[in-house]
Amino acid sequence: MPFEWIAAIRFLREGRMQSLFIIVAAAIGVAVIVFMSALLTGMQANLFRRVLSSQPHIVLERPKDAARALRPDGNGQAGAAILQTPLQHPNVIDQWQKVRDEMRLRSDIVAVAPTVSGPAFVVRGATSQSVSVTGIDPEQYFRIVPLPEKIVAGTYRMSTTDVLVGQTLASELGVYLGDKLRLQAASGTVILDIAGIVDLGSRGANQRAVYVLLATAQNLLHLTGGVSSINLTVPDPFDAETVARSVAGQTGLEAMSWIAANNQFFLGMNAQKFTSELIRIFVGLSVAAGIASVLVVSVVQRSKEIGILRAMGGSRGQIMRVFLLQGAIVGLLGSLAGSAMATLLVLIWRLAARNPDGTPMFVLQISPSLYLLAALVATLTGLVAAVTPALRAAKMQPVEAIRG
Amino acid sequence: MAEDVLRVEGVTKSYGLGTPAATEVLHGIDLRLARGEFVALMGPSGSGKSTLLNIIGLLDRPSSGKLFIDGRNTATLDDDALTRLRGHSIGFVFQYHYLIPAFTALENVMMPELLARGRPDAAMRAHALQLLEHVGLAQWRDNLANNLSGGQQQRVAIARALALQPPLVLADEPTGNLDTQSAAAVFALMRRVSAESGTAFLFVTHNLALAQRCDRIVELVDGRIAG
Repeated sequence: MPFEWIAAIRFLREGRMQSLFIIVAAAIGVAVIVFMSALLTGMQANLFRRVLSSQPHIVLERPKDAARALRPDGNGQAGAAILQTPLQHPNVIDQWQKVRDEMRLRSDIVAVAPTVSGPAFVVRGATSQSVSVTGIDPEQYFRIVPLPEKIVAGTYRMSTTDVLVGQTLASELGVYLGDKLRLQAASGTVILDIAGIVDLGSRGANQRAVYVLLATAQNLLHLTGGVSSINLTVPDPFDAETVARSVAGQTGLEAMSWIAANNQFFLGMNAQKFTSELIRIFVGLSVAAGIASVLVVSVVQRSKEIGILRAMGGSRGQIMRVFLLQGAIVGLLGSLAGSAMATLLVLIWRLAARNPDGTPMFVLQISPSLYLLAALVATLTGLVAAVTPALRAAKMQPVEAIRG
Repeated sequence: MAEDVLRVEGVTKSYGLGTPAATEVLHGIDLRLARGEFVALMGPSGSGKSTLLNIIGLLDRPSSGKLFIDGRNTATLDDDALTRLRGHSIGFVFQYHYLIPAFTALENVMMPELLARGRPDAAMRAHALQLLEHVGLAQWRDNLANNLSGGQQQRVAIARALALQPPLVLADEPTGNLDTQSAAAVFALMRRVSAESGTAFLFVTHNLALAQRCDRIVELVDGRIAG
């Protein structure tokens, strides 16, 4: 082992209490950072899973009909003074089969599912409730929204007279599997059997969601042969916005990515990220300041020893490295202890943070790369914190250090 | 005289130069030490002994004058070269702060070699043990420096000063803090290793009895060599 290592370890061992305190301080800092990172990652993954597993990454729809202003014709005829949005047609996508096939050819899209959706009323006795009807081709749609995983009762297999309803809706209407449900839309009425009840993860969706087969919805909403939207899934959810723009350009349709649709969610998540970055930086800084202050004191305490080492032929570089190493070692040991503390916190969290039904709130894990990163960053922080004390030690004149 | 281990020619040292309070503490010192010579340096407190010793030990630079260590003119050397020359040519024994407390007796003796070569090896260890045996402390080799008595610490320091077989050892009141018996033992040891290894010693002391047993006495009074 080189001299610098031997001396650094001996000095740390000799100043036992000092070393212990500063390592504990570094460990607490590392534990806070690691645990917070794990918590944030787990929470975000959980939110993403919830948001993304119940909606497509991109929805293609026909552009809204817009009113065009009459231009003055130059003969003194006035243009239109007031623009009125025209009555909207049922939003059928022109030549949707062609669009669907084009989408299937793109390498940046992994799943394509045409759907028919529109508003309707569920009528039962004297009560009625507005719902959102989605007509699906199960085989294609389930590749985008995995409804089979969300079934809480019954089956996801449907015939043309079957319907899947949200959990909240079923309980509010007091209906259950096998009961009849009357769906009423502007253009017609159908009576369907409840085949399955789904939990989509949010109360709003559970209250309004009604799934039927494509053909059933086309009949009900009077869109025979047409579809109102085409749902897409992309390999990386974060590319959704880019792909959406490209698809809009290609098809002339309106392409809404989940990122644009959940703007608030994104803003919230970014704010959370920013806050945690700030906390991490300040915790890191305070650990660095702690290490630096302990090492500065240690340099002063050891000034005579530094002088003796210099008198015996020790170079400035050797003395400097001894103190730099002490900083790095403190950082590394702190990160090891801190990682252990963070692991313990995660275990406690797993025991404590549970949903009312006893299932874990979400999966909290510390990835090996996070441990590695913590060790690396903490060691570097220790090293950087040691720069000032180490320079101070190296600058000491041996005669001044020994005198007195 | 090439065999002079130390040659000091007209060395002066002033502090606070360029200020109204400038004071010269050494006024033209001339001093020579031949190889293997054992010289006592005496003088009252404030006579400039420590300043002179720091200059000879390359811990401080003279304001003017020349200093040759082992025949080399030190005026032209930069800090790093001075550090290397100091490590190889000069051994130190101090009155206080003898050893590095975080290390054992053996490791303290190894220290000059360790600093010079970077990492320890078996030969270094064996050499240090030999030196410890020489000063009669082989059985204390694994004791931390703080667990040794003052006399023992000073004997370890002498072994350490000899580690790189320097031609010159500067001993700054090495017996000043010891009882009479330990002081006599440490002095005898220094004389013995000086005779055996041909190492010159410049031995600062207030003890006239010990000084009289040296080859020569140099007396420093008010920054000048007396007599």
